Amino acid sequence: MSAPCRPVPAAGLTSIGDEMTHGPYIIALGIAAFLALAGAGFAVDRPFAQHMWVLFFVLAGSAIVLMRRTSFASSRVPDLSAYPDPSAYMDGPIRAGSIATMFWGVVGLLVGVVVALQLAYPDLNIEPWFNFGRMRPLHTSAVVFAFGGNALIATSFYVVQRTSRARLWGGDLAWFVFWGYQLFIVMAATGYLLGITQSREYAEPEWYVDIWLTIVWVAYLAVFLGTILKRKEPHIYVANWFYLSFIVTIAMLHVVNNLAMPVSIVGSKSYSLFAGVQDALTQWWYGHNAVGFFLTAGFLGMMYYFVPKQANRPVYSYRLSIIHFWALIFLYIWAGPHHLHYTALPDWAQTLGMVFSIMLWMPSWGGMINGLMTLSGAWDKIRTDPIIRMMVAALAFYGMSTFEGPVMSIKAVNALSHYTDWTIGHVHSGALGWVGLISFAAIYHMVPKLWGRARLYSERMVIWHFWLATLGIVVYAAVMWVSGVMQGLMWREYDEQGFLVYSFAETVAAMHPYYLMRAAGGALYLTGALVMAFNIWMTILGHQREEDPVGGSATGRQPTLQPAE
Amino acid sequence: MDTYTAMREFADSWALLAMTLFFIGVVIFAFRPGGRKAADNAASIPLKDDSLDD
Repeated sequence: MSAPCRPVPAAGLTSIGDEMTHGPYIIALGIAAFLALAGAGFAVDRPFAQHMWVLFFVLAGSAIVLMRRTSFASSRVPDLSAYPDPSAYMDGPIRAGSIATMFWGVVGLLVGVVVALQLAYPDLNIEPWFNFGRMRPLHTSAVVFAFGGNALIATSFYVVQRTSRARLWGGDLAWFVFWGYQLFIVMAATGYLLGITQSREYAEPEWYVDIWLTIVWVAYLAVFLGTILKRKEPHIYVANWFYLSFIVTIAMLHVVNNLAMPVSIVGSKSYSLFAGVQDALTQWWYGHNAVGFFLTAGFLGMMYYFVPKQANRPVYSYRLSIIHFWALIFLYIWAGPHHLHYTALPDWAQTLGMVFSIMLWMPSWGGMINGLMTLSGAWDKIRTDPIIRMMVAALAFYGMSTFEGPVMSIKAVNALSHYTDWTIGHVHSGALGWVGLISFAAIYHMVPKLWGRARLYSERMVIWHFWLATLGIVVYAAVMWVSGVMQGLMWREYDEQGFLVYSFAETVAAMHPYYLMRAAGGALYLTGALVMAFNIWMTILGHQREEDPVGGSATGRQPTLQPAE
Repeated sequence: MDTYTAMREFADSWALLAMTLFFIGVVIFAFRPGGRKAADNAASIPLKDDSLDD
């Protein structure tokens, strides 16, 4: 059971954890599967029983996979840790994370296109599992936590090792973080479809899934911090500061926002510790800082490593990076109340949220300027390097959405924009433009290095991906502006006698064409991601497409020189 | 004085002062004499060789 079953590649370069000694893990999975079965048996409500059956099959299946890998050398399961690690860094979980990022990215974007079409054609709501109310959190969680989260975990492990010059701390703990996080995703996603939700935006999973995420997250913090503590590089590079602030703050936000009392330990329902407006503010303190620390600080960490690395130039101003880091940390945490303008929240808190949101503009643009100016003196790389092009577009979208956000937080503007599609457009210009493109660029950068390939399968396909994605975002955001502003104006239109001019259903009918265009924009973005998935898959398999180099070169379409007459 | 009021008053007085001073300290530290050289060294960390030498 414990003997390694296949030759260990590149002797001495794999860790103890990379050997096939899965005994304790199989036992732990077996016990957990048994507990899940007991949970299904003793469940006090039907959704909990169904959810525990899902958990049972996932855990039992995982135990069987591990047993097969221990026993049979001919197992077909791809062994992600079997590749040599010439740098002695622990890259197995990063390879797995790169694949998971790609997989969940495609799934999340596909569900996004489906829910966009559900809004346009209500007949596509297939009850009970696939109606909009259950599919919408599936989409948001899949893109934010499954795609974005896997990208953050994988790149943070990649960056912290290379900037600390130290192997990941904790041995197999990094693998636990990876698989534990996938289990969280599966439980969250299946729970939504079964109708299990605590109705907190971006925190829909119920109490037992929240507890599991807390355990995984503490392990993640331990691996990351442990690696920093044993670093050989004296200075902690700024990317790690951003990653660490993301991990620590998300831990705090997740725990406080999910303080709740379960009805039963074998039931899927819980009640929040907070009530009324306190509950709303806790929710949006969490919700906006999920944007601030998950979707901003974490991805800025990614930016601060991969942009200088891909451009092969140091970051424009390291001191600016320090100052805007602390400014971002101090300001973001107060911005949440702007989600509760004109509600029961005290007026001073609304104004506080607005003022801090406007001040946030400065540190946000500090990051954008720092990233863009890193290319100063090497702007031609935008033409010759499609990955740099993608990074520049990501930074441009970051700058645009962090300008739009403060504007929308102003109470007068918010009176028009709130509850309309404008908000959806804003979120997507940040999520598709900034988070999506910078993650894609990081994956394009990492994958050839992680699998020891000379280059990507195709750079020209990166250009295709770039244009499909950019066009998709532009269509999406522009359509949602028009639709959202129209919606807001229709809602507030009064006639001379003081009656509302439009009924709600009339605004919905007016938005139908925009919903179709929005779905088309999303479909373009999804197509780009599929092109990337193919490109990455071929790169991993070791193929190289024969093509002219991007930006032209001596072998390509150079004009032939004519002798002077 | 109930807990809410006490925490509220602490937050908008001493806690606010402490955070402001910390931030000013960060800025001064970043622009201290010799700060540019240290920053340039730190900025070059990702560009060094990727391999782990041990």
